[in-house]
This record gives sequence, C-alpha cells and structure tokens, in this order.
Amino acid sequence: MKKLLPLTGILTALLSSKSALAEYGLNMTQGVTSTSQDIYDLHMLIFWVCVAIGVVVFGAIFYSIIAFRKSQGAKAAHFHESTTVEFIWTGIPILILIAMAIPASKVLIDIETLEKADLTVKVTGHQWKWQYEYPEQGIGYISNLAQTSKDAIGSDKKPENYLLEVDNPLVLPVDTKIRFLITSSDVIHNWWVPELAVKQDGNPGFINDSWTEIAEEGVYRGQCAELCGKDHGFMPIVVEAVSKDAFAAWIADQKAEEEAAAASATIVWSEEELMASGENIYNASCSGCHQKDGSGMPGVFPAMSGSSITNGPAADHLSIVINGKGGMPAFKMLGDSDLASVITYERKAFGNNGSVVQPSDVTSAR
Amino acid sequence: MNTAAHDDHHGPEKGLLRWIKATNHKDIGTLYLWFAFAMLIVGGALAMGIRAELLHPGLQLMNPHFFNQLTTMHGLIMVFGAIMPAMVGLANWLIPTMVGAPDMALPRLNNWSFWVLPFAALILVSTFFMEGGAPAFGWTFYAPLSTAFAPDSTDFFIFAVHLLGFSSIMGAINIIATVLNMRAPEMRLMDMPLFVWTWLITSFLLIGAMPVLAGVVTMMLTDRNFGTAFFDATGGGDPVMFQHIFWFFGHPEVYIMILPAFGIISHILPTFSRKPLFGYSSMVYATASIAFLSYIVWAHHMYATGMPVAAELYFMYATMLIAVPTGVKVFNWVATMWKGSLTFEAPMLWALSFLFLFTIGGFSGLMLGIAPADIQYHDTYFVVAHFHYVLVTGSLWAIIAATLYWLPKWVGKMYNEKLAKIHFWWAMISVNVLFFPQHFLGLAGMPRRIPDYALQFSDFNWISSIGAFAFGLSFILFAYIVVDCIRNGSPTNSERPWYSAKGLEWTLSSPIPYHSFNTPPSRAQILEESQHS
Repeated sequence: MKKLLPLTGILTALLSSKSALAEYGLNMTQGVTSTSQDIYDLHMLIFWVCVAIGVVVFGAIFYSIIAFRKSQGAKAAHFHESTTVEFIWTGIPILILIAMAIPASKVLIDIETLEKADLTVKVTGHQWKWQYEYPEQGIGYISNLAQTSKDAIGSDKKPENYLLEVDNPLVLPVDTKIRFLITSSDVIHNWWVPELAVKQDGNPGFINDSWTEIAEEGVYRGQCAELCGKDHGFMPIVVEAVSKDAFAAWIADQKAEEEAAAASATIVWSEEELMASGENIYNASCSGCHQKDGSGMPGVFPAMSGSSITNGPAADHLSIVINGKGGMPAFKMLGDSDLASVITYERKAFGNNGSVVQPSDVTSAR
Repeated sequence: MNTAAHDDHHGPEKGLLRWIKATNHKDIGTLYLWFAFAMLIVGGALAMGIRAELLHPGLQLMNPHFFNQLTTMHGLIMVFGAIMPAMVGLANWLIPTMVGAPDMALPRLNNWSFWVLPFAALILVSTFFMEGGAPAFGWTFYAPLSTAFAPDSTDFFIFAVHLLGFSSIMGAINIIATVLNMRAPEMRLMDMPLFVWTWLITSFLLIGAMPVLAGVVTMMLTDRNFGTAFFDATGGGDPVMFQHIFWFFGHPEVYIMILPAFGIISHILPTFSRKPLFGYSSMVYATASIAFLSYIVWAHHMYATGMPVAAELYFMYATMLIAVPTGVKVFNWVATMWKGSLTFEAPMLWALSFLFLFTIGGFSGLMLGIAPADIQYHDTYFVVAHFHYVLVTGSLWAIIAATLYWLPKWVGKMYNEKLAKIHFWWAMISVNVLFFPQHFLGLAGMPRRIPDYALQFSDFNWISSIGAFAFGLSFILFAYIVVDCIRNGSPTNSERPWYSAKGLEWTLSSPIPYHSFNTPPSRAQILEESQHS
C-alpha cells in the first residue's frame, strides 16, 4: 500500500495539470463540443474507478509479497474456499459495473440522437484523401495532405503540423448543429477528429451519420482511423471552425470558384496549360501509388511510363480514371478540366506518347 | 510410480525420423514448443522493424506498403504461429501427465496437427517474396481492403489460414478426446487440475470459432476469384458483415490465447505460496462463464462501424459482464497468496508479474468496452497497449512461466536461477518501457497502423522503440537459459524440483519417462495430488 501512494500522487499530478497535458499529450482531449466533454468526463470516471480497484488489488498483492514471505518465517495457512467470499467479490464488481453503465448509457444515447441538423456535410473517404460536399449549398471539393508535409517525409526539417495539414480544410460554422454523412468510395476509412469526438467508419456502399456542434472557433486536426491501405497514415483531416458570417462568406467564394472551374471546362486548353495543371493534380492524387516518376510499384500499382493504357486509345484511359477498376479507385469526383489535365499529363509525361485529352472529351466520356 | 524400464524395447526412433513420425505426446509437445519459439523470433524480428521505423518521425527505413506488411505479418505470426502453438505444445506435454493418461487419445492426428503448421507458416512467410509483397491489410484483414484492393499473395494467405485452422481444430478434438476418454478412470471432472480444465474449455472455443474463420476466408476467396460479392456493396453484399463474421471468430480467439494462461498461473501461484488454490470450483465456473461470454460480445470491436444504438448498448453491457468472472479469478489468485508462505523463484516472479500486468490490461479492456469512451480510444495506440498487455504480459508471460516451472521436471535438470532472475527483470522493465507509453500515445490521438506520425508523438515513440529493442534482446537470454538447462543443468534431486508442487505429473520419475502412466493412478493418489484438497 505504501508503495502505491506516491504512484497515485504522480498520476494525479500528471493527469490534472493542464500544462503537462498540453506539452506531453498524456491524456484524452476535452475537445470543443459537449460530446467530447461528456466522453472525457466518462473516461476520467472509469479511469479513477480502475485506479481505486487497482489500489485494492495491487495493495493486497504487495501486502502478500511483503508480509507472507517464507524467508521471514511465514507459515502457510490452509484455507482454500469460502462461498461467502466468492459471493462478495462477484457481487461488488456487479454493483460497480452498474454504476458505470448508467452514465455510459446516457452519453451513448445522447451521441446517437440528433433530431434536426442545420447543416449537412457529406464526407467521402478515398484512398488516400477526403472529399467534402455541402449538398444543400451545392459545393464540394477534395482535401489532400499538404505539399509541405509530403516534402518533409524524407527530410529532417518538419513543418509544425507535420502530417496534420491539408490543402483544403473542411470549413464549418460554430454553434450550429451539423450532421455528417460519412461514406467511402473504395475501402473502409474512418473520419476522426478527437476534439469534436466524431469517429465514424466510412463504409463503401453505405452511409453512416454522426453529428457535432462546435463551441469554439479554431483549427481542429484529426486523422483517418481505419487502416485503408498504403497511405493510411497520410490522409489527415483539418476542420476550420469559423463564425456563422465567415462561413456564409466562404460558401459564396467557394461557389464563385466552382462556377469559374465549370466555365473553364467548356473551352479548349493548350497542351502546355493541361500539362502544367496536370502535374499538380498528378502529384496530389496519383503519385501516392503510381509514383512521382510514373514507375508504379510492380505487382500492386501499375507503372504509367510505357503502359498500354497511357499510350493507347484515350477512351480506355478516360474510362479507367473516371470509373476505376479493381484496386484503382474512381476519380469521377474531380472536375472535367482537372481530369483532362491529369490524363493528358499521364499520356505525355514519363516518356509516354499518348494523345491530348480536352475537358470536352471528359464531359462526353462521363 | 513409473519407471523407465519399459522404454528399452520401444523407445523413440533415431535421428530426424523420430520427429517426422512422432506420435509420442512429449515429442510432439517439444516440436510445438520449438516451432512456437522460432515463430516468436520471426514475429519479434518484424516487430523490431516496426519499432525501428517508428523510432523517429518521417520515413527512414521502408515505404508505407512494406510497413503495413510488417504489422500484418507480425500480428498473424504471433497469434497463429507463436502463442497458440506454444499453448498446444504445453497441452501436449502436460495434459496426459496431469490426467494420468499414457498419451493423447489420437496420436497420429496429433502428428498431423503439428506437421501442418510449419508448411502453413512457410506459405505465410513466403508471401513476403512474392510480387506485390505480403498481405498488408492488418491481421484483422477487413474487406474490401483484403479482397478487391489486396495483393495477389492474399490467396496464399487464405490457404495458410485454412491450414492453421485445420491444425487448431484437430488439436482441439484431440484434447477433448484425451480429457474425456483417456483420463484416469478414478479421476472425476472436478478432480482435474486447472490447466486441464482451461484447455478443455479452450478446445470447445477452438471448435466453435475456427470454422467461422475458415468460413470468412473462404468467402474472401470466392469474392476475390469467383465473382461473388459477400463483402461488396455493388453486388448486394456488405463490408461490415465481414467484421461481424471475423469478430465472431476473433473474440473467442483472444480467450483461446488467455484461458490456458489462467490455468498455468493457477498452478504456479499455489506452489510458491505453499497453499492450495483458493476457490477451485469457482475458478472452473469463472473460466466457463468467460468462455460463454466470449461468444456474445464480438461487436465491441465494431463500435465505430455505425451500429444501431440498441446493439451498441447490448454489446457494452455484455462486455462489461466479462469483468465479473475475470475479477473472480484475480481475487482468487490474490486469496491463494494471502497468508501463504511465499518464495520467489523465477516461475513465481513471472506469475506475479502476470497478475500485475494482466490486471492493467484488464483495466484498459474495461475502459475500451465502454462504447462512448471507445469513440476516442478506438483504433489508437491505446488499443495497441491494451492487447499487448494482455497477450504479451498475459499469455506470453504465462508461457515463459510454464516453461521454467515444468522444464526441470521434463528434463530432470534445473535451469540457472540467477540468469533466469536477470532475464525476468530485464524483460519486466523493458516490456513496460515498450508498452506503457503507448497508452499515452493513444489517448493523445495517435492512430494505430501508421508508419509515420505527427511531431507531438515523437518522444513517447522514441521511448517505446528503445524499450522494444531491449525487450527483443531479452529473448536471446531466454533461449540460452532453456538450452543451458537442457544441456548443462544440474540434475534435480527429487521428483519434485519444487517441493510444494502438487499434481500427478510430479509423481513421475525425473526426467519424465518417455512413456508414462501405463497403469492409471489410484483414487487415493489422485485425491492426494488434486488442487482442491
């Protein structure tokens, strides 16, 4: 028992001091939603129950080790059963468990209940990026790991938010009930932001839902939490929680941008324009598997250079990129001009000699 | 008491054939144990690769695809190659000698159960050298990552899992037949020692769970090759159904790995406490309850898949219930030590360490069972810490304890106690340096199965990796201690190297004769050696 007291003291100090938490990340986040706070409180409750049971059990073990040593002349008693005692230590744990189950059930039912949402966001997992759509507002985009993190994987200089930064964060308003519809286009992914306490699998072919209401403006970072293949560790989530006004302004900007992109798909692009834009998209969306130099990974990811698809008829190439095939996910969520650029890049770079593909070709191939 | 005189006219064959044609339970037990140790080293080497990559942030040694192969194969090899075969090896050595039987009931089946294993392991390991690499979808091989999106070697993995399943089912049939039919006629079920009880119950878990595993990999096989769509929504299937089937096998599987460990601890603690096991019959009932509950809690691995709230509540309550019989076992062990006369030879140190660290794993398990809290724990390093506390410092600890406890009986020689104590403290400290910080990593938000991580996770990963390297090295010392005992150990003076040990196996001569219990023990002898007297 004596040995354990300092230990509990240290534990208390570590767990209750906020600065220590921030520095070393020892404990679960309290987050910025009522759900995350409820879960944190529940977690701490169970933790302290376990500590209390631990003090009793480990105390008895240590006491036995110290007090009943043969070397100290301890003589063994011969008792070996007691129905009363067995009943007591079956009954008490049951009571403790019931006491734990009541708050746990309350929190769970609360998490799973959402009557009415003010905003709906559809989240689709792809190998290895997230797609966010606002169906009511009619906008949507892809969110990739930021280039600064990608460049830092092999170097000693890491950006501050290494592997937790993206090119296009998910923008959400605060103080709004938000419903997430979570799904996947290929394998199972899991959309997890610890500070929102939202963690939900995206299952291909099915839609899960979850909800949140963010109390504080800020940037909240998370990661995919279900093994989804090679770059599972490289598809972070960044949520930017902003005021309702800022959110409305952002939606308007986003709409204007998407309209401009749609307009660009109706004109004919030069090969240089397609190649320049295609290289960026290739590096963001394709190089994870097919590699930056188009060499692929034999047996898993086919090479781009010299392939019969990239050098063959454009129709086959369009079909495989738009609809996917086997392990190759579909990329129909990209815009026409983006698809035209990246397909042209694949057909012209890496020493390939395929034809140029225009946005209008993509439109008709869809 | 048996003598070795009978061995003269039909002892074992000479040379390699003795092992290939082995039908003697002791030879087969030895094969299983060495095989398990070899697999432990292979699986451990893979773990060293994982921890070396995670030593620092960034990718230094391997690409993410290879990292995923390492985590997948580490899990599969440790579960199916190391822990399970080691437990079966102990069962082979111990069960006939504990129930007063001359051998296992089905010796040729026993031979086959073992000899399937090395080939299954070869097939599994050979996938590393195939185009596209080894399976890279985690030991839980969730569809569709393991079906439409997996390398071609996956079909070899499926075949290997089938073979491993055959081996386990045949082993389980053999154990059930031995315990129920070959037991000394005078031995009642409630006279059986706990290791026999836990293995009898485990065998029923194996027979219930392994065919389900075989079913799920067969569905994968047809999804991959024959155009079915069990797990593919575009064909009317459901990827979540995979997880239900997998965990219907997977949850009993974790008890398959821990129940025999409970049995082992129930032998070692009484011996070194010089006091009978407390609550023999409640130990038997607790084991049976745990086994029953293990079949009805599988979806607590799936709280994040989008289950309806009623299902989540049910699986949470059922899971919490497991804490009751598990608690009873821990309390009984503590009561066994209470007012005993304790000494601390190496097997006892491992058993005490088991009691302490397995309980920590039990606490984190209870926390993980709480569905809403699991939203934050699920698929993080907290889970990794939890299952390594129950499997490494639980199952593996019991296997090491059992080896040191019974080896002197088997070979009639004593291991080097001083080295064994050094080994114990080395492993005990390094394993905690290795796994304890992973609790913090998980709570702070580090997902499992990632080859590279954000900077706030650097310090604890570094500590964990250093602990891993030290822990890995400790097994070289363990191998030395075992080999040194077999070759150079000083002969034990008595049939009972541990004077206070009880059980029929200790009534045999030392080293244990090749054939034992040609005549069954008497009722008086059975009662004298039983755990409840």
